[in-house]
Amino acid sequence: MDNKPREIVVISGKGGTGKTSISASLAYLSKDCIVADCDVDAADLYLLLNPITVEKHDFYSGHIAKINQEKCIGCGTCKELCRFDAIKKNNNSKFSVEPTSCEGCKVCVEFCPEKAIDFLERLCGEWMKSETRVGFMVHAKLGIAAENSGKLVSLIRNEARKLAQEKGKNLIIIDGPPGIGCPVIASITGATDVLVVTEPTISGIHDLERVVSLANHFRIKPYVAINKFDLNPEVTEKIEKISNELNAQVVGKIRYDKLVTKSQIEGKTIVESNIPSAQDIINMWERLKIN
Amino acid sequence: MTIAIASGKGGTGKTTIATNLAIVASEKYDSVTLLDCDVEEPNSHIFINGKKIKEEVVNVRIPEVDESLCTECGACSNFCQYNAIVSLKGKPVVFKEMCHSCGGCTLVCQPKAIHEVDHRIGLINFYKSGKINLIEGLLDIGSPLSPPLIGAVKGYESKDTLNIIDAPPGTSCPVIEAIRDADYLILVTEPTPFGLNDLILAVEVSRKLNKKFSVAINRVGSGDDRVHKYCKKENIPIILEIPDDRRIAELYSNGKIILENLPEYKKCFEEVLEKIGTVIQNGQ
Repeated sequence: MDNKPREIVVISGKGGTGKTSISASLAYLSKDCIVADCDVDAADLYLLLNPITVEKHDFYSGHIAKINQEKCIGCGTCKELCRFDAIKKNNNSKFSVEPTSCEGCKVCVEFCPEKAIDFLERLCGEWMKSETRVGFMVHAKLGIAAENSGKLVSLIRNEARKLAQEKGKNLIIIDGPPGIGCPVIASITGATDVLVVTEPTISGIHDLERVVSLANHFRIKPYVAINKFDLNPEVTEKIEKISNELNAQVVGKIRYDKLVTKSQIEGKTIVESNIPSAQDIINMWERLKIN
Repeated sequence: MTIAIASGKGGTGKTTIATNLAIVASEKYDSVTLLDCDVEEPNSHIFINGKKIKEEVVNVRIPEVDESLCTECGACSNFCQYNAIVSLKGKPVVFKEMCHSCGGCTLVCQPKAIHEVDHRIGLINFYKSGKINLIEGLLDIGSPLSPPLIGAVKGYESKDTLNIIDAPPGTSCPVIEAIRDADYLILVTEPTPFGLNDLILAVEVSRKLNKKFSVAINRVGSGDDRVHKYCKKENIPIILEIPDDRRIAELYSNGKIILENLPEYKKCFEEVLEKIGTVIQNGQ
């Protein structure tokens, strides 16, 4: 029978709370996992794990409309029907598609009376399988201004799952995207646990509530890690209280440690560097492991 | 004039810069509009601390099928590029979260069995604090599509005053939507490997959109000089440097404004506004 691996997704309401540093450290501590970088908008995990890519694939998603200038008679039907304001009138009274605005809905293609609009597959980025010192890694680079980071996130997760099965690993650690929108939803659907990283700030509380509600909405068990907890003990206490009320267990409190940046500059995970906050992460890992 | 504050990555200090700039600008201009387009996690209101004057529900248009007219031909589900309409045993079923509101299904439906109805995706909150109008988008939990809400927030950009946009992080659709029409971008980063990696992406986006832009470096002193070196090499002006000052982190953690508590920083924010004004007037 299939033994579904445990899948921990590290997310946060807000960016810059330490998701990547924590994911990399957990992957290092587990010694035996597949790690995936699903923060495809700002994929930073590779900076800590120094991956050696073994496979690289183009990522196509959706389509993009392109007007054939020779066939276009300038009737403007496309512009009239486009809801995304993606069609611009050129100097020569013909029309063209602004690629960063086009959502690939096909309305202009379908209703152009001259059949002058092509519907091309859209190259949105690339994704890779790599070897790292902590195990196999699946990651991606989203093209600039490309659409569909949600789809790319889903693809990476599926590839990570396949790889876990292939290699017989029972843990997948995912560095997730920030926020509560499309990429986050794509990164947590079907996961077993989410670890919400937060900071003791007023905005941190606000974001935590939203992201824990999201996990509850999708019925995934939320854990909470409070990074830089000693920066504001009062707010930390509030976060612990709120987490309790929201049924999210606080599994880790990581101290404010200026040396984290130094270990980042050296390309090391926190737990590989002999710095004060490393022990906090090790303690958190022990708690996560038994839960 | 519209200035957008963006960054490849979150947590770099976009909101800090946007709110402090708004306050400095409100001392100079008759009014300032601050548009919080980070609709997944809008935080500007925590710092601006204004009085909420109204709210407005934001809807998108999604299809609804009139079964009495539907011939179960499947044209709508065949056409939809987002799998938002699926034919189950011939009957079309709408998955409203997937819908991009392109209107295609209503156009291809021959028996005209599809019309559009409102579907709520979030709210816009309007706050007022002195001369600052804060307009905040707040995406509903579980709603995946933020660009239409960002578009709605931008609809309240003021024509004749200064607008400051607090953009969402990243480099994909939501950011593009937020910064697309701005006159000037400030890209916020940190002097670290992550900071540089994400700054490079943000610079690529700015160049692709043909925007005038400069860089603000936050927490200077916490890392190394790689971001400074990169900006020099790429000839990108550094418009603002905020030192790594634990007092700032503590103020932020309490939802307090830098300017009001550490007045020594006021001058640098004033200079930012002056510099941008000059750049825009002189066309770079």
